[in-house]
Amino acid sequence: MSDAVTPPAAVAGTGIQKRDIGIKRRYAAERRFRAYGLIAIALGILFLTALLYTVISKGYTAFQQTAISVPVTFSEKIIDPKGERAQNPQALMMANYPVLARNGLVRELGIDPKNKKLVSAAGKMLSAGSRVQLRDMVLADPSIIGKTLPVWILASGDIDSAFKGQVDLSVDQARRQVDDQQIAWMNQLAKDNILVKRFNTGLFTYGASSRAETAGVGVAIIGSLYMMGIVLVLALPIGVAASIYLEEFAPKNRWTDLIEVNINNLAAVPSIVFGLLGLAVFINFAGMPRSASLVGGLVLSLMTLPTIIIATRAALKAVPPSIRAAALGLGASRTQMVFHHVLPLAAPGVMTGTIIGLAQALGETAPLLLIGMVAFVVGVPASPMDPATALPVQIFMWANEAERAFVERTSGAIIILLGFLAVMNITAIILRRRFERRW
Amino acid sequence: MNMMSEAAVEAAVGAKTTAQPPIKMQGRLVNVSYGDNQALFDVDLDVRLHQVTALIGPSGCGKSTFLRCLNRMNDTIEGCRVKGSITLDGADIYDPSIDVVELRANVGMVFQKPNPFPKTIYENVAYGPRIHGLATGKAEMDEIVETSLRKAGLFEEVKDRLHTAGTGLSGGQQQRLCIARAIAVSPEVILMDEPCSALDPIATAKVEELIDELRVNYTIVIVTHSMQQAARVSQRTAMFHLGRLVEEGATDKMFTNPDDQRTQDYITGRYG
Amino acid sequence: MNAATTIVIVLCLAALGYVAGRLRANRVAGNVASSLHSRSGYYGAFVAIFTALPSLFVLAAWLIVSPMVINSQVFDSLPREIQALPDTDHALQMGKINSIAQGLEQLTPQDEARLKSGAVDMRSLLGEKGVAIAGEVEDYMPAAARKLSAMHSASGLYRTFVIILLAAVGLMWSWIQIKPRMRARNSVEAVIIAGLMLASSIAILTTVGIVLSMVSETYRFFTSVPPLEFFFGTVWDPRFAAAGAEDSAGQFGLIPLLAGTLYIAFVAMLVAVPIGLYAAIYMSEYAGQRLRSVVKPLLEVLAGIPTIVYGFFALTTVGPFLRDISAQIHGLAFGEVSSFIQAQSVLTAGLVMGIMLIPFVSSLSDDIITAVPQAMRDGSLGLGATHSETIRRVIFPAALPGIVGALLLTASRAIGETMIVVLAAGVAARLSLNPFEPMTTVTVKIVNQLTGDLEFTSPQTLVAFALGITLFVITLCLNFYALYIVRKYREAYE
Repeated sequence: MSDAVTPPAAVAGTGIQKRDIGIKRRYAAERRFRAYGLIAIALGILFLTALLYTVISKGYTAFQQTAISVPVTFSEKIIDPKGERAQNPQALMMANYPVLARNGLVRELGIDPKNKKLVSAAGKMLSAGSRVQLRDMVLADPSIIGKTLPVWILASGDIDSAFKGQVDLSVDQARRQVDDQQIAWMNQLAKDNILVKRFNTGLFTYGASSRAETAGVGVAIIGSLYMMGIVLVLALPIGVAASIYLEEFAPKNRWTDLIEVNINNLAAVPSIVFGLLGLAVFINFAGMPRSASLVGGLVLSLMTLPTIIIATRAALKAVPPSIRAAALGLGASRTQMVFHHVLPLAAPGVMTGTIIGLAQALGETAPLLLIGMVAFVVGVPASPMDPATALPVQIFMWANEAERAFVERTSGAIIILLGFLAVMNITAIILRRRFERRW
Repeated sequence: MNMMSEAAVEAAVGAKTTAQPPIKMQGRLVNVSYGDNQALFDVDLDVRLHQVTALIGPSGCGKSTFLRCLNRMNDTIEGCRVKGSITLDGADIYDPSIDVVELRANVGMVFQKPNPFPKTIYENVAYGPRIHGLATGKAEMDEIVETSLRKAGLFEEVKDRLHTAGTGLSGGQQQRLCIARAIAVSPEVILMDEPCSALDPIATAKVEELIDELRVNYTIVIVTHSMQQAARVSQRTAMFHLGRLVEEGATDKMFTNPDDQRTQDYITGRYG
Repeated sequence: MNAATTIVIVLCLAALGYVAGRLRANRVAGNVASSLHSRSGYYGAFVAIFTALPSLFVLAAWLIVSPMVINSQVFDSLPREIQALPDTDHALQMGKINSIAQGLEQLTPQDEARLKSGAVDMRSLLGEKGVAIAGEVEDYMPAAARKLSAMHSASGLYRTFVIILLAAVGLMWSWIQIKPRMRARNSVEAVIIAGLMLASSIAILTTVGIVLSMVSETYRFFTSVPPLEFFFGTVWDPRFAAAGAEDSAGQFGLIPLLAGTLYIAFVAMLVAVPIGLYAAIYMSEYAGQRLRSVVKPLLEVLAGIPTIVYGFFALTTVGPFLRDISAQIHGLAFGEVSSFIQAQSVLTAGLVMGIMLIPFVSSLSDDIITAVPQAMRDGSLGLGATHSETIRRVIFPAALPGIVGALLLTASRAIGETMIVVLAAGVAARLSLNPFEPMTTVTVKIVNQLTGDLEFTSPQTLVAFALGITLFVITLCLNFYALYIVRKYREAYE
């Protein structure tokens, strides 16, 4: 465009009209406002980081456990001093196995066996869990009596903490759980590679124990799995059926309105109230056993139901009416329409909702406390009727223990719980990404 | 073709050129793209002082995009890029030294669907003056609100319920409220994006009448789908097609004797 | 025959019925599928349903009713003086009889002989069989137990017979019904829809269950503690005194618990609301796609972390941190290091609960802010408002009702939260305004009263239900009102 053809007077070259509209002040306010937003987000992320850092820094050591390789002599004199094991199998059960382990360690350290004080101090370096460990070895193969075998025995919780550097050694030895002598032995054994940190399988397999080194979340994981199974079996079909009815069949009237409001409200009822319900109805009224994962599963199912219903209804709503019209137009009945067309299309949404509901149920603690899942359960529950605990409840129980070794276990259990949740949520996200359909 | 359109128009209209008012806003080589989609190609268009300029064309031709460039409303859309120059009184409005808030205070906008804020009628009109600090006291604010409503021809209808919700008005009243809201900031240019598309014929007539009155004090750019509306309210018309400016000129000439076949076809209803 | 076997038999019959129904449908149609009203599978399903449903229903009813009938009959046969005992003892006696009956069933003839000869007493014999009897076996018990077992096995026999007969009759009857024009699909679908309807009423049943169970237990509680003392009492001191001792009831004042609950929830909201709201505003209005795609999932992670983890965080990190830092501050201010914030305090619990609530506030408000129509933003920006002016003066007021609803939902969550306060707030029920000291909440006390060995008759445990219903009613009101507001809000912009 050449300027020549534009009439010269045409462009008023005065620039934009300037008025005092407080631009500077307003932009300052704008910047402040944005800064508040950024600060809020930063705080949120800071809190998240602090939380995860706390848990991980305190808990990652729980996945390793200190063990000592002790040459144990299965001396008949100690195990079966009266030689009565042929007649009375109970004898092998009652034997004083920790002494075997202690004697082994005393020999290893070269301590004078007559020095009672030193021997006892050395014995305290080993976990009392050696009783069960050695007993099981002998029961499995009584022929080892009289032989000497190297056995990996867990170090006691205090030695474990000390070896992981969690004990402040500058404190006067009278005021800590491990004395200088034990530290010296520990270092000596560590130098010879007799005392080492090994992967802590016990954390995943042991049940409750009053000693940190033999406490694990095995029972809790089984309990949680039972409950998740029950939730899946009950809440998923009932939730899907209820949503199908409400979304596809229910007439719009007062009753369905009531159900709708009721479901939204149930989703926001405090979880502890469901615990009270479980206690009153399932345990007191129906007479189901306390502490059983069956009751826990029922309570969690009722709690998860609204979540699943809300998610399923959203998924059903997202299926466009044209699909329904097409099916009905071909002469399908409403039921056929729903089960042949709508439900399969909504399935990914239902799955995602279910997984999220399950994750919620897995992390729930309060209602389980009320139905007595705070039990001290040592043995693995064989069925959902047996007493069990759940992962979050186990965390709660350990959180109340003051010992350093338990704090580590607690954090370790939290890491395991968060790991489960992460896997579930990531699965849900992948499902959503993969199968999400935009109409 | 675009490069010569103005010269051609000026030449063709001949005698009329001498009476042309000065240019208020001017777009040169305006290119707009949303992500990978280019919406406008090399648009050159002048908006003249105290005239109503109508932008017409089939849907998706870029007329609304161009309108939104004039007060940089496109800034709010993610991925939107504007190239070329648009000036207001000779100053490039995309120049970094120009403040978008100041620009919009001077180039107001009325939208397709009436969008009163969920506040009272009074507060709707007072909103602009309040954020820009245009009134120093309550009395002055009352006056601004009243004159703006009067100018929008709404005052008589709502004077008894200034403090009721603006969303309670009828569609046409809501749109005039939005116009009053824009006037209250005393802009120089008012952009209207199909202001009557959501209104019934009677309300439309009222708004059109209003536009004609407002021309005395303001420069107006209006996007419209209706040929008749463009013919009724505007002095100049620009025809857009597929993101290009096809033709621009005095409205009566455009509607009686357009240069371009596409304009002819569009006006006579062959497509659009 | 036990119930499980019966169920398996019934299901086998149903499967048989399915096949038979299909075959008959095909035969009556002369193998011309189009002359049938429905596909042959529906006739099969029709027969299967009529075989299984009625008999399983009767089985369920039988399983529920027969123990009651048997128990009451056995109870009636007990000696007078036993029947005259109070209710709680009845349960105990019946429990013992039940265990004895269980044990007796496991005895071999040799055991019986030993028992008769008096070589061994019943309790230790049953103990050998792994059945522990709580208390001594009294003389009348073995007879009652034998009667009980006899009735049980008779009931089992009748039950199996009746159920299987019913299934067979259902099969035959529905099989005969099959004719080409019979609308089998409609009947099957009616059953399916009835099932769906039943499922949807579970939600209602849950609420009814919650209300009924809590109301009845609360009523029992109010028989020993007057409601006025509970609702307006300012002292919480539920002594676990020895039963029968004077003044064993203790005091059950709700006020200190309620005050603690509300105070902690208030502190939590003080933390969560500004952070959550500003984060939501920034994310929905300012943040670009990239930032949003990173920050949103991160905040959602915060929402997905179980509350017990927050409780642990409060207990091991935040509490000690606040305590230590307050000591430092005190040291700087007065030269003497002493902490004025306790590790378990209103502040600790409130702060951590606030962190937990941030994602709730932000995601709920994010939805609501995004729902404000773009036209509002355009209208304001088109007048020359800055972005923040648009947000503060147009979008926020427009979204306010929805945001209030969201905040009420969040508050209800804060009031009902349990694990954080159990670990971080303390157990001392006190009325105090000092946020640096521990207070306790309704939920903490519910947990405290109901963990451990309990007896469901003492006011000490029943009070938990009174607390529970208080909590339920408060959150119910908040939720109802909040959901109502949010619903209204959505309607306004849809």
